[in-house]
Amino acid sequence: MSQRSRSIPALVATALVAAGLSACSTPEASPGVTDDTITIGTHTPLTGPAAAGYSSISAATKAYFDYVNDNGGINGRSIEYVVKDDGYNPATTQTVVRELVQEEEVFAVLNGLGTPTHSSVVDYLNENEVPDLFVASGSPQWDQPEKYPWTFAYNASYIVEAKALATYAQETWPDKTYCVLGQDDDFGTDFTTGLLTVLGGDGLASTQTYSVSVQDVVAQIGAMQAAGCEVNFLATVNGFTALALGTAAKMKYRAQWVSSSSGGDYPTLVGYLGEDVAPLLLQGFVSSNYLPFSPDDEWVTLFQQINDEYNGGAQFSGNTVFGMSVGYLFAQALAQAGEDPTRESVLDALEVGTLTGNGIVPLSFSKDSHAAFEGVGITVVDKGVQDYVGEVFTTDAGSGDVVPFTGEPVALEGDGIPTA
Amino acid sequence: MDRLVFLLGTGLARGAVLALFALALVLIWRGARVINFAQGAMAVVSTYVAFEVTALTGSYWLGLLAALVSGGVLGFAVERGVMRFASPRSPLSGVILAIGLVMVLQSALGIAFGPDYRPMRVPFDDSAVLVGGVPLLSPYDLFVLVTAVVVMVVLAVLFRWTSLGLQMRAAAFAPEVSRLLGVRVSRTVTLGWVLSSVVGSLAALLLVPTSLGLNPHATDSLFVLGFTVAVVGGLDSPVGALVGGVVVGVAMSLVTGYLGAGLVPIAVLGLLVLVLLLRPAGLFAAAAARHA
Amino acid sequence: MSRPQRLPGQRPLARTLLLAAGWTLVALLGTFALDPFRNYQLALVAAYLCATAGLTVLVGASGQLSLGHAALMAVGGYGYALTSNALPFGGVARFVVALLAGALVSAVVGLLLGLAAARLSGPYLAGLTLAVVVALPAVASTWSTVLHGDQGVQTAFEGVPDALRRVIALEQWQAMVAVVVAAVVVTGLTVLRGGRFGLRMQAVRDDEVAARLSGIPAGRVKVLAFTASSVAAGLGGAVLCFVAQAVSPGAYTVGFSLLLVVAVVIGGLGSILGAALGSAVVVLLPWLIGRLTAGLPTDAAQRLDGNLAVLVFGLLLITVMALAPQGLHGALTARRRPIDEPVRTEEHTKVLVPTEEQR
Repeated sequence: MSQRSRSIPALVATALVAAGLSACSTPEASPGVTDDTITIGTHTPLTGPAAAGYSSISAATKAYFDYVNDNGGINGRSIEYVVKDDGYNPATTQTVVRELVQEEEVFAVLNGLGTPTHSSVVDYLNENEVPDLFVASGSPQWDQPEKYPWTFAYNASYIVEAKALATYAQETWPDKTYCVLGQDDDFGTDFTTGLLTVLGGDGLASTQTYSVSVQDVVAQIGAMQAAGCEVNFLATVNGFTALALGTAAKMKYRAQWVSSSSGGDYPTLVGYLGEDVAPLLLQGFVSSNYLPFSPDDEWVTLFQQINDEYNGGAQFSGNTVFGMSVGYLFAQALAQAGEDPTRESVLDALEVGTLTGNGIVPLSFSKDSHAAFEGVGITVVDKGVQDYVGEVFTTDAGSGDVVPFTGEPVALEGDGIPTA
Repeated sequence: MDRLVFLLGTGLARGAVLALFALALVLIWRGARVINFAQGAMAVVSTYVAFEVTALTGSYWLGLLAALVSGGVLGFAVERGVMRFASPRSPLSGVILAIGLVMVLQSALGIAFGPDYRPMRVPFDDSAVLVGGVPLLSPYDLFVLVTAVVVMVVLAVLFRWTSLGLQMRAAAFAPEVSRLLGVRVSRTVTLGWVLSSVVGSLAALLLVPTSLGLNPHATDSLFVLGFTVAVVGGLDSPVGALVGGVVVGVAMSLVTGYLGAGLVPIAVLGLLVLVLLLRPAGLFAAAAARHA
Repeated sequence: MSRPQRLPGQRPLARTLLLAAGWTLVALLGTFALDPFRNYQLALVAAYLCATAGLTVLVGASGQLSLGHAALMAVGGYGYALTSNALPFGGVARFVVALLAGALVSAVVGLLLGLAAARLSGPYLAGLTLAVVVALPAVASTWSTVLHGDQGVQTAFEGVPDALRRVIALEQWQAMVAVVVAAVVVTGLTVLRGGRFGLRMQAVRDDEVAARLSGIPAGRVKVLAFTASSVAAGLGGAVLCFVAQAVSPGAYTVGFSLLLVVAVVIGGLGSILGAALGSAVVVLLPWLIGRLTAGLPTDAAQRLDGNLAVLVFGLLLITVMALAPQGLHGALTARRRPIDEPVRTEEHTKVLVPTEEQR
């Protein structure tokens, strides 16, 4: 009995596998692409303890795509963006990414968020040759074209940010006592590594860490105060940046704060600290950034319009700019991938190195580099306004020099809808 | 030395809140022989009520009042609507019902308010007073300490000297006998839940402004710490909760200051294991037994 | 087992094994009918089943509730991953050795926890195990040279063996491996519970003092029950690590631990079939709800996504516990009973408890 019933499903399965294999080997039939749509997906935390602040990113990207679609799409195709909640849980990420690839049959995964979450699917995506575009994390591990040919980073790496901020600090406040407060994971350690590259092995008077599960940094701030720290670098997420500054204020401890872009978004920090005290606590707050953020920037103006029209006028923050910029870069890659885009042609478009994005430094994508931004600018908060101060640095994630960058930021073209 | 004084002061203020929360657990344990695993989730609901009321009226005190009232109402509703279904023969069914409640309350808050942290204000200066160059307690810390002590004293008076308090204790220890003696056991159990929920809400309301802010998961760690405090002090002993709170608060502060923040959950676990293995009834069990 | 006379509810060993082999074969054949994503979900269900079967035996048979089974799964996963990475050889041998190592590590941790658990009553143990799962990320980051903090440990990719590569897709192979491991775990637990040890567990659960008086070493029975349950969970974690090629603390949260409790309760406390049904519900319901909310506007979908599943699980937990403590398993068996013979809670859960005469 089992002999017979076993052989039929086996035959069926063989046929299915064979059909699947032949489908994969024909280049023009990339999944997720029809004549008038292209479906892509993402994993991002919308619920759970780690969700705070992140849900606005995918909403902004979706709003930008809605804007593009209302204006004719890219090469006549509208972009469908499937957002899956993973609760910042790597196991759930695995499930939802398989769901995206196998059930939704997405063309690519865009802007998967988080280091622990995304590293749990990066092997899977590369084995299945699914474009894994613009990972929302500053870990340097996404830039490994040999190992992960289908994965491309987006954020400037934590090391690049730290090296640029340390250089700025040395120029601006020489001979001060430098210290760091970092998250007790790769974010904190990579950032600290970058700082030490510039400041030297004994450049930090105190290295403090915090754990996201303990929402209390009194002891750490106390230690920095006791060590006489004057310039404090922060490898903290926005919530803990706010907590650190608030705690220091309560302890009447004044210092210069210098934050990574991951925890230096002014509108988000205001959300944590409250509109009344935030401008006071954040006066002179230094942070790095690589996306347009000046209040009078043409990109920012456009994104604000899109935000009002397609995102229900949600709070406009650095996350909004981030989400829309990711959407713009994808649209640009898609436009360059030809009339009938395939997974391979998108990959080629990225590796040719002609994409501009909309950052303040040029994109670094090439055959040898899957890092997006190898440079950042410095922003300072003054009287409740966060803006660039003109200093921009480029460097690599290794021991290379930090070089001032004098080029212009990428200008806005054609209503922010890329064409080939 | 300065650093030690500073860490002790910080630990004391944090310990007072933990003690209050543990006291809420103790109240239900004394009243109904249940450990309320939903205490944290219930408290965060009333903190949201306080947040909304304060945002509407602009008054911290109205918000505080609203939190206490809604805490009481919630305690009543949870006891009558959910916990009544717990099987008296199995201590596990109460735990499982409470876990279900945690999931319902936190996800409902997530749907209603989203995952973002909201800042909460306090009516006092919360910057520390410098004593000899060392930042000690802030006025807000003092407010928390005084509140905790006042609540403890009021409850102690209630339990020891009022007829209602005696009835509650009797109903918990010997429900059948109490019923025969004319105590309305069902009502005293409900009252225990109401009181406990009010105290738990107060603890959360005092703690949230000093942390990241209000979020559906804002009390997750408070529950584990509060449970540890209650176990260290002995689940039957309000005095134990106070002392346990201070012990755990100071221990946390010292571990963070000298060993690193990442070790705190491990230290808490270690303390819990140690106490449970060496003195399962808590450090103050003997004293509590004498008073009971 | 050697005695010809069996207690009510006991099955002969041969029949248990035959039944297990039959079910396993059905499940293995079933993988041929499923597409890759369904097979992936089947692998998840099988891995969860290892943990929930262990948990349901622990709760149902010995009366100890653990809220920390996610942490025990993580222990098995880390044991598997670290061993797999350290072994000089590959293939099936590496998988088996790593799996056994995962079981061993979770046995050791389970034994230590069980020693504490044996002295604690229900709510205390629940609180302690909760503290264990809360401390997991801190443990991973404190010993990050070995455990690699939040990143977790990645393992090498275990593909389909060459001989089968032509007929079996990767996801199907993973599902098959998971099903076989789950079958071994479930069979082991069934045999354990059906034998003399099972009777001792129930005696201790129902009346510890009476059990001690009749010469049962209650403490040792509780420790062993917790250890066995921990091994089952550890094997589940090892299988998950095999499927996912990674283990990290973020995957084994308090929320996941509570989900295992949900699976066990809605399946029916103490029932292994219930654990299987519960695991399937826990895997499939969030996916189904995700399908339903997909069509909603962004803002509403963002708020409902994830939260709605937890809300439904919480409501299910309360409803089942309050109104139908037998869970899904109870609902299934009740239909087979004559209508005039109502199911009574005590009778049902304690049907295996020996009476005076039988003892």
